[in-house]
Amino acid sequence: MSTTITDQKARTEALKKVEAEKPRLEFGGAWDYAPAPESKEHVRLEKRYGLFIGGEFVAPRSKKYFETINPATEEVLAEVAEGNAADIDAAVRAAEQAYEKRWKKLSGAQRGKYIYRIARLLQEKAREFAVLETMNGGKPIKESRDVDVPLAVAHFFYHAGWADKLEYAFPRHSVSPIGVCGQIIPWNFPLLMAAWKIAPALACGNTVVLKPAETTPLTSLHLARIFQEADLPPGVVNIVPGAGETGAHLVNHPRARKIAFTGSTDVGKIIQRSIAGTGKRLTLELGGKAANIIFEDAALDQAVEGIINGIYFNQGHVCCAGSRLLVQESVAATVLTKLADRVATLRLGDPLDKNTDVGAINSKMQLEKIRDMVSAGVEEGAQLHQSACAIPSRGFWFPPTFFTGVAQSHRIAREEIFGPVLAVMTFRTPEEAVEKANNIPYGLSAGIWTDKGSKIFKITSKMKAGVVWANTFNKFDPSSPFGGYKESGFGREGGVHGLRAYVELS
Amino acid sequence: MELEVRKTYKLYVGGEFIRTESGRYDPIYAAVGSKKPRSASAQRLLLANISRASRKDLREAVRTARSAQPDWASKSAYLKGQILYRMAEMLEGRAASFEDLLRETRGLTAAGAAREVRASIDRLVHYAGWSDKYVALLGTVNPVASSYFDFSVPEPMGVVGIVAPEEPDLLGLISHLAPVLVSGNAAVVLLSESRPLASLELAEVLATSDLPAGVANLLSGHKDELVPHLARHMDVLAIADAGGDAALSKSIASDAAVNVKRVRRYQIRDYFDGAAQGLDFIEAFTEIKTTWHPIGV
Repeated sequence: MSTTITDQKARTEALKKVEAEKPRLEFGGAWDYAPAPESKEHVRLEKRYGLFIGGEFVAPRSKKYFETINPATEEVLAEVAEGNAADIDAAVRAAEQAYEKRWKKLSGAQRGKYIYRIARLLQEKAREFAVLETMNGGKPIKESRDVDVPLAVAHFFYHAGWADKLEYAFPRHSVSPIGVCGQIIPWNFPLLMAAWKIAPALACGNTVVLKPAETTPLTSLHLARIFQEADLPPGVVNIVPGAGETGAHLVNHPRARKIAFTGSTDVGKIIQRSIAGTGKRLTLELGGKAANIIFEDAALDQAVEGIINGIYFNQGHVCCAGSRLLVQESVAATVLTKLADRVATLRLGDPLDKNTDVGAINSKMQLEKIRDMVSAGVEEGAQLHQSACAIPSRGFWFPPTFFTGVAQSHRIAREEIFGPVLAVMTFRTPEEAVEKANNIPYGLSAGIWTDKGSKIFKITSKMKAGVVWANTFNKFDPSSPFGGYKESGFGREGGVHGLRAYVELS
Repeated sequence: MELEVRKTYKLYVGGEFIRTESGRYDPIYAAVGSKKPRSASAQRLLLANISRASRKDLREAVRTARSAQPDWASKSAYLKGQILYRMAEMLEGRAASFEDLLRETRGLTAAGAAREVRASIDRLVHYAGWSDKYVALLGTVNPVASSYFDFSVPEPMGVVGIVAPEEPDLLGLISHLAPVLVSGNAAVVLLSESRPLASLELAEVLATSDLPAGVANLLSGHKDELVPHLARHMDVLAIADAGGDAALSKSIASDAAVNVKRVRRYQIRDYFDGAAQGLDFIEAFTEIKTTWHPIGV
């Protein structure tokens, strides 16, 4: 008799424990997810990749190769050639020759057809590129499959159509290309950033030397294969992987007539300074610290989804990430409860798994930076909230995190973390929200959540930010200009406004 | 003979005519041959002792511009257009005194001076008319492939620094100031260093045109002293560099990196060529903001 009572007690205790440990929100029921990894078989990796110069993969003059890894497993994927000054010089000369002898002589319509070909080939190889992007960068396959690759395709397709219509974009001007463009892209959207840079440059009649980021060169190099398959004239696009030094050689090469850089504000400032007085054209897409503003009249469940998407999309490695949450005081408690519940459901793990929400941090270096900033947050007195999700033993990982009790002056509220870390602050009046949102040197993006249309237009017009999302976040489209105010850089990418960076007008 | 009452030329900051806090001055002489010196021993006729603005004056000008800018930007396009048009009216009413100044300071003929004042008035009228049109031409509605209403509009940048050309001092100043103001920016201008009198006189036009105080601030002084402080100022978000000095332009471009300032360098051969003016000058000091709005029920 007494044993039965004990059993029952134990059972009740055990049930209570299960209940307590269960996430308070459930997506798809209480069962565990079976692994659903995307197959890697479709990706044909070389052991070693050369530089792509003059339409061929060539051995680097530097004679140096570096290993590129999968940040989720730390396994080496391939060796990649590293460009030095001589390699950059060879690439710029190849680009210049292609520009003078072939590309600038082509009609816009013919240029456009090459770019359409590239778009189509990329669509055909969508799976290869999605898997490779995830392997080399650590982002969840559902993002590379559903966002990165389709958007990259869309950018080529969109800009292909501009090639023979540029005079319509610039009435009363005669439009001509600039020449050789040096383009430096980051590691957070490696293929997509290559597309953002290459597509408008080619459409406007320029040729390109592209330096992909040191941790994520592979999709750019596979894109080079597509250029070969498309019969793009040799030298029209050249790809020279390497680190900051390689980029510096490109920026300072006297025959690179235009520099386009996406990356940190610190490096952007160095570039702006170093080309001063050279007459080179420059566009910069730099850091951000976007405010996501939730008003009390917002649809709160949708807003919480927007916050989640805003900061945990691509592990927060997004320049326009909604890394500051400004929530109206009257709904702060509700929003924070919902946020904590939702964070607990995020699945962190194998980026190739189709159920994964949060993938691997791109590199060890970035992981260290995120850890430093999170320690700073704790030291400065903010309260840390972190998902209790399991962390894989190998690879670079950081659990979805948010801070409450954050002051405007805290480093986590002012500096770009570029990781899955959200700083939550509150406000009482719309004026206070605007003041806090704008009180930062950055101005890339912002989010507004309210059910009142007139409030949306009032607040969005007050945001000092280049892209403002109302009741949504992190939406992109090739027809929609993207770029920052203030220290988030200058120039736009996409849309009619994006073309301006790649043409000379007279 | 009635004794002439001479004018004291001052800086124009925050809607007020002020002397430099530094107490320094620069003598401005008449162009050779335009007016006789007072005595045989004097080489040139002294026209005025003008304020030589200091770094502190510059900072005060930026401060006042920054606080005036949001209110100016929020004025309707119609009102901004009318205020710019009123500047043209005020300039027209004072055309004779501007012509005198241009003849005395630059040695222009009467016809040459009249031509520049006329062109300056016309330029103000031209930009006044842009106030409620440039947004429609620079803005776009973007056909995104998802269920959003997505549009891009130009907005003012904030405080814009203008390094005015040495000559033509009046027409050059107006050609850069008007397009900066019409989109809702505030301006801090370093005037022509060698011929600042007509530009300083323009402050009287600005002050009587209902342009809110602090929206346009005019400083006379030494460019090589002031330009670096303008280019490095964290609250100046863009610079129109029409100074025409290659070394100074290079230093502006380099210093601008401190806060990722936008710099537009102008090398304009002929300010009288109206065709080379217009929308591009306005666009250079606007930011494109793109807004995404969901479509649904």
